[in-house]
Amino acid sequence: MIQTEDLTKRFGDILAVDRLTLSVEAGEVFGFLGPNGAGKTTTIRLLTALIAPTSGNAKVAGCKVGQEDGKIRRRVGILTESPGLYDRLSAERNLDFFARLYEVDDVDGQIERYLRMLGLWDRRHEEAGIFSRGMRQKLAIARALLHEPQVLFLDEPTSGLDPEAARLVRDFIGGLKREGRTIFICTHNLDEADRLCDRIAIINTRLLALDTPSALRRQLYERTVVFHLRQAEPRFVHRLQTLSFVRSVREMDNKLVVAIDDPEKHNPTIIRTLVEAGADIQFVGELRRTLEDVYLRLVGMEDGETN
Amino acid sequence: MNKTWVIVRKDWAEVFKNRFVLFTVAFLPLILTALPLIILYATRSTSDLGGFSSADMPAGFASLCMEMSGGECMQYFIVSQFMLLFMLMPMAIPVTIASYSIVGEKTTRTLEPVLATPVTTFELLAGKALAAAIPAVVVTWLGFAVFAVGARVLSPSPNVAARLLDPLWLIAIFIVGPLLAVAAVSVAVMVSSRANDPRVAEQLSMLVILPLLAAFFGQISGLFFINQTLILWMAAGLVVVDSGLLAFATHIFQRETILTRWK
Repeated sequence: MIQTEDLTKRFGDILAVDRLTLSVEAGEVFGFLGPNGAGKTTTIRLLTALIAPTSGNAKVAGCKVGQEDGKIRRRVGILTESPGLYDRLSAERNLDFFARLYEVDDVDGQIERYLRMLGLWDRRHEEAGIFSRGMRQKLAIARALLHEPQVLFLDEPTSGLDPEAARLVRDFIGGLKREGRTIFICTHNLDEADRLCDRIAIINTRLLALDTPSALRRQLYERTVVFHLRQAEPRFVHRLQTLSFVRSVREMDNKLVVAIDDPEKHNPTIIRTLVEAGADIQFVGELRRTLEDVYLRLVGMEDGETN
Repeated sequence: MNKTWVIVRKDWAEVFKNRFVLFTVAFLPLILTALPLIILYATRSTSDLGGFSSADMPAGFASLCMEMSGGECMQYFIVSQFMLLFMLMPMAIPVTIASYSIVGEKTTRTLEPVLATPVTTFELLAGKALAAAIPAVVVTWLGFAVFAVGARVLSPSPNVAARLLDPLWLIAIFIVGPLLAVAAVSVAVMVSSRANDPRVAEQLSMLVILPLLAAFFGQISGLFFINQTLILWMAAGLVVVDSGLLAFATHIFQRETILTRWK
């Protein structure tokens, strides 16, 4: 649905996007992460034919960026960084305007469908200016969906929302995902990306990593199992270090933190070894690395290289 | 529905919810319609101007008076100055709306979603221009209709009343006026798409009325007089100028600059 090859954008001397190559499949929810100024919004603007690339190629919904921009705009929907609603117009009138610009066949039907879906139907006659931030964001999402786009671009969909509004928006995106829509999300919310996205790209002007959230975690971190003991002793550590599959063992507050490749296979052996050594095991659990760990490590490595 | 018309309807729905904008649209026509009628009323008896003869008129204007008496000619001279002001109305009224059109949408962050739709630059700019020009032309025509009826009632001289509704005035109001409105809003929309502050856009756009103001003072001082030949040339010239301005405005509208450089 989206393919880019060496997509590059410069603003004068500033390199905003550097040779970005990626592809997004139909029905995929694709997360796009990066620090401020990493080129996320610029990439969305390139892929929605709002600005032209300096070099490289991109195809969106079967159309070439820079050559079939009108077709691209018909086939994609975009939630911009700011909702960008007409405050003096009602929710319904806001949607009516965009539905007609997108040449939607059943304007009234589509407006009703999405206002009902987002819980705004009863407030359709109210001016958008009096809406809360969460309602404004939902209205902007409805606007992006009116023409049933093949690809939906969401730029920071929950930015600035209170937790309740953010959850509503996130749940709605989850619903769109279940419908099989292709969604490209720029976000700073790593937990959100972890929960919603099938694959994630981390960029800092150039692409740093691209994979599923779990694969990214695996790439950067060994799998780690934590054994909670009644009383940790150095001899337990020494016993585990004799096992060939154990990569490392650390003792920490009556816990043994053990790095291994295949916990499902080796955990029973470790438990047996510890029990034979006289350890009282209280709990066993895997230490899960969050996407935030992955992100901070990747961006930190990139900054280290740059500096 | 044509996308240009979609933009016109949206802009009207939005702009006319603002009472101050409604006031600015209505105020100038009210004043400029009332003033010539007051003058006609004040000089309703041409004997009040009986001391004047055609020799007192600027030379070029006297030839326009033909069979009028000196008093009638003076009355016609005074009131005919308002023809230029009626032509000024469709230029001055929409400039405020048009100059805000693009830069205003940028500052309220509504422009990016619009630019992300399949609307073309020409459709967008034409919609913005027409949304500002049409109300101005309509209120100018309404103002002129009131003036025409008032002139019939208040002017005791059939000669003067007839001259106020002759082809020169009708071409000026119904053809040149709208063309001037399109020229003014085209310049204002162009400025609006290049300026990054609504106040700057409005101040710069107001400069578009300067040529017509110069014509106004030129006629008062007797440098030249607008006659039927001149008004027809103006109309023909404005058709060319308007087409060129809209094409130029479309050409210099830089979506990328607007989205990425403006703060």
